[in-house]
Amino acid sequence: MNHVKCECGHVNPFGTVLCENCGRALAAEGEGNSEKLHDMRYDGSARRSQTYNKTIVDKVWNFFSSVKVGVWLIVITLIASAIGTIFPQELYIPSNVTPEQFYKDEYGILGQLYYQLGFHRLYGSWWYMTLIASIGISLVICSLDRVIPLYRALKNQGVSRHESFLKRQRLFSESYVDNIEKNVEQVKKNLTARRYRIREENGNILAEKNRFSRWGPYVNHIGLIIFLIGAMLRFFPGMYVDEVLWLREGETKEIPGTNGEYYLKHHQFILETYQKEKEKDVFQEAIDRVGDGSVAKNFQSNVTLYKKQGDSLPGEEPKLKEVKDFSIRVNEPLKFDSYAVYQVNYKLNELNKMTFDLIDKKSGKSFGKVVIDLLNPEKKYDLGNGYAVEIASYLPDFYFDDEGNPATRSRVPNNPAFVFKMIAPDRPKGETSFVAIQQTIEPNENNKYKMKFSGIETKNLTGLVVRKDLTLWVLGVGGAIFMIGLIQGLYWQHRRIWLKADNGKIMLAGHTNKNWFGLKNELDIILRDTEIQKPVDQKQLKE
Amino acid sequence: MKKRRLITRSIILVILLGALGYTLYSNFFMSKEKVKVGSAAPDFVLTDLEGKKHQFSDYRGKGVFLNFWGTWCKPCEREMPYIERQYQHYKNLGVEVLAVNVGESKLVVEKFAEKYGLNFPIVIDKNQQVLHAYDVDPLPTTFLIDKNGKVVKIITAPMTEREVRDYMEMIKP
Repeated sequence: MNHVKCECGHVNPFGTVLCENCGRALAAEGEGNSEKLHDMRYDGSARRSQTYNKTIVDKVWNFFSSVKVGVWLIVITLIASAIGTIFPQELYIPSNVTPEQFYKDEYGILGQLYYQLGFHRLYGSWWYMTLIASIGISLVICSLDRVIPLYRALKNQGVSRHESFLKRQRLFSESYVDNIEKNVEQVKKNLTARRYRIREENGNILAEKNRFSRWGPYVNHIGLIIFLIGAMLRFFPGMYVDEVLWLREGETKEIPGTNGEYYLKHHQFILETYQKEKEKDVFQEAIDRVGDGSVAKNFQSNVTLYKKQGDSLPGEEPKLKEVKDFSIRVNEPLKFDSYAVYQVNYKLNELNKMTFDLIDKKSGKSFGKVVIDLLNPEKKYDLGNGYAVEIASYLPDFYFDDEGNPATRSRVPNNPAFVFKMIAPDRPKGETSFVAIQQTIEPNENNKYKMKFSGIETKNLTGLVVRKDLTLWVLGVGGAIFMIGLIQGLYWQHRRIWLKADNGKIMLAGHTNKNWFGLKNELDIILRDTEIQKPVDQKQLKE
Repeated sequence: MKKRRLITRSIILVILLGALGYTLYSNFFMSKEKVKVGSAAPDFVLTDLEGKKHQFSDYRGKGVFLNFWGTWCKPCEREMPYIERQYQHYKNLGVEVLAVNVGESKLVVEKFAEKYGLNFPIVIDKNQQVLHAYDVDPLPTTFLIDKNGKVVKIITAPMTEREVRDYMEMIKP
C-alpha cells in the first residue's frame, strides 16, 4: 500500500493526517493549507476504515465503523423501545383473552395496529434483537478502528515536532528569552513537580501525563460488550431458569427447571397480618387507619427439599432423599445448587374435603358421615347396617355448559357438585340426588333420604418461582469494567506540552483531550519563575 | 499486509455475526420443546384404571397414538369417540392408543370412560411427570409415535374423525 513519506523522513501509513514523528501536516491538510489549528482527534492518525474500501468485508466493516451509523442505531433503538411502552406488552395482559381481542377492545384502532405490527412482543422480536446486536457490533468495530491507530500514533509520536505543528496547536506561545538553558531547566523542574513524564531530543521537550485516560472510552466499551454477551448468554441452554410452581399443602412435586433432580414438599402456608393488640403502641394509629388485620406482615411457606436418588422413569414413584427443611418468605428464598425458590403468590382456603350426613328427611336421623376428598373421591362409601353412598358423578368445578348440561370447568375443586346414589335397607336400588353448594336437586322429588352438608376442610396453596441465573457474574464484571472505563476517561485528562528552543526563541504548545481550563491553570504553575510567555488560546482568539 | 487485514476483519465479523445469528436462531428456530418430531419419545410407566402398569417402551414394534387429555376439556371430549371407533379398526393392524389423563381423580376418569365406552388403556399421570417429560401445553395434544419409538408428528389441535384415521394410518407398522 502507498505509504506517505514525510519531509522529516518518517514513513507514515496511508491516510495519516499529521506525521507521526514530527507532526507536519500531510496529504489533505497540506502545508499550504490556510487552516489555523490542527484537528487533533485521534492525533491525526490514519483511521484505516476511511481509506480502504475494496472487498465486501471492507464495506460491511466501514458501515459499522461509522459513528454516525452507531448513533442512528441507538436513536432507532430508543424510539422502538419507547413505542414498546405505549401499550402493555403481551406478557402483562390478562391471560383469559386473546391478544388480538385485547388490544382491539382496549385501545381501538391504534391497539389493533400495535398488535398487527408486532409491538406487543417488541423486546423479544428478531428485529429488536438485531438492533441491539448491531449496536454491539458497531461498538466493537468503531472502537477497534479508532483505538489501534490512536495507540500507534501516541506510541510512535516524535519528541521533536515541526514548527508548523506547534503553531497550529490551540495553546501556543513564542518567547524571546536571554538565557534559554536556565528557562528550560526551570520549566523541566516545574513539569517534574507536576508529575509529567519528560522526553528530550536535540533541545526539544515533550512532557506528557495521564495518557491512560485516552483508553477510558475503549475500556468502557469493553465493559458494555461483556454486558451484552452476558445478556446473550441467557439464551444458552442451562444458563437461565424462570419457572412457576404451585403447591397445595401436603403436596410434593418436581421442581421445574431442575431436570427432575429436585422435589419440593409443601407443609404449610402462613399469611400473617399486623394485629392491633400484638404490635407496639406506636403502630396502633397506623393499624387503626388501614383497619385491623388488613396489612400483611408475613407470607411464608414451610417446605422440605428433596433430591432424587438414582434413575426413575416419569410416572414412577421416585426415591427421594431429604436435603433440608426451610421456611420460604418474601425476600428469603430457598437456595440450593444455583437455584433459588421465591415466594411470589398464594391462594387461601381451596376446598379440600367435604363432609355430608346421610339423613332421613323426616326424622332428621343421621345414618353416618361421609368425608369426601375432593381431589380423590371414592366410588363408594359404606356406612354399615346396609347404608351406603355411591358417587355416580363428580364435577369439581361445576357450571352449566352451552347446552345446559352440568359440566366442569377444570379439575380444581372450586365449586364441587355430586350426583349421589343413597342406598338404604329400604331402598336397595338407591335414591338419586344432585348436590352442589347450597342446592339439592332431586329428580323425582320424593326421596326419603338426603345428603346433608355438614362441613368443609380447606387447604392453602403457595405460588413459588424457581430462578437460576448463571449470567449474573458476567453482567457484574461487564458493569464494573464499564464503570472503570468511565472513571478513567472522566477524571483524568491526557495532557501534553511541547517545548522547542531555537535561535534564542522558545516555542511552547499545549494539548489536552479535555478540560482546557485546567491545562491553562496548570501552565501558570509550570511557567512560574520563567520568562516564557503564557500560551494564548488560539481558538478563543479566533472567536 | 492487505491480506492480513482482510483476514482479521473477516474473523471479527464472522465472530460478531455468528453471535447474533446464534442468539436469533436459538430464540426463534430452535424448538424449546423437549420432545420434537424425529426425536425418540421418552419412556414412562403409568398405571391404568384396572391397575395394570403400562411401560411405554414395551410398545416398541407398534405404532402408538399417545393422547393427552382431561375430562373438562371439551375438544378432548369430542374426539374421544372418534379415537375409540378408529382404535377398534386399527388395533388389529398394530396401532395402540394410550390416553394419558392429566392427573384427575380416578373416579372422574372412570365415569368418563364408562360414559363413552372407551376400551383403549387410559392411564392417569398423577403428578404430571409424563406431562412435563413431553412438555405438553394445550389439551388435547397427541403424539404419533412409530414402531421404532420415534415421534412422527405432534398434534396440538382438536381432530376430526377423518384426521384421526389418517394419523393412525401414518403410524401403522
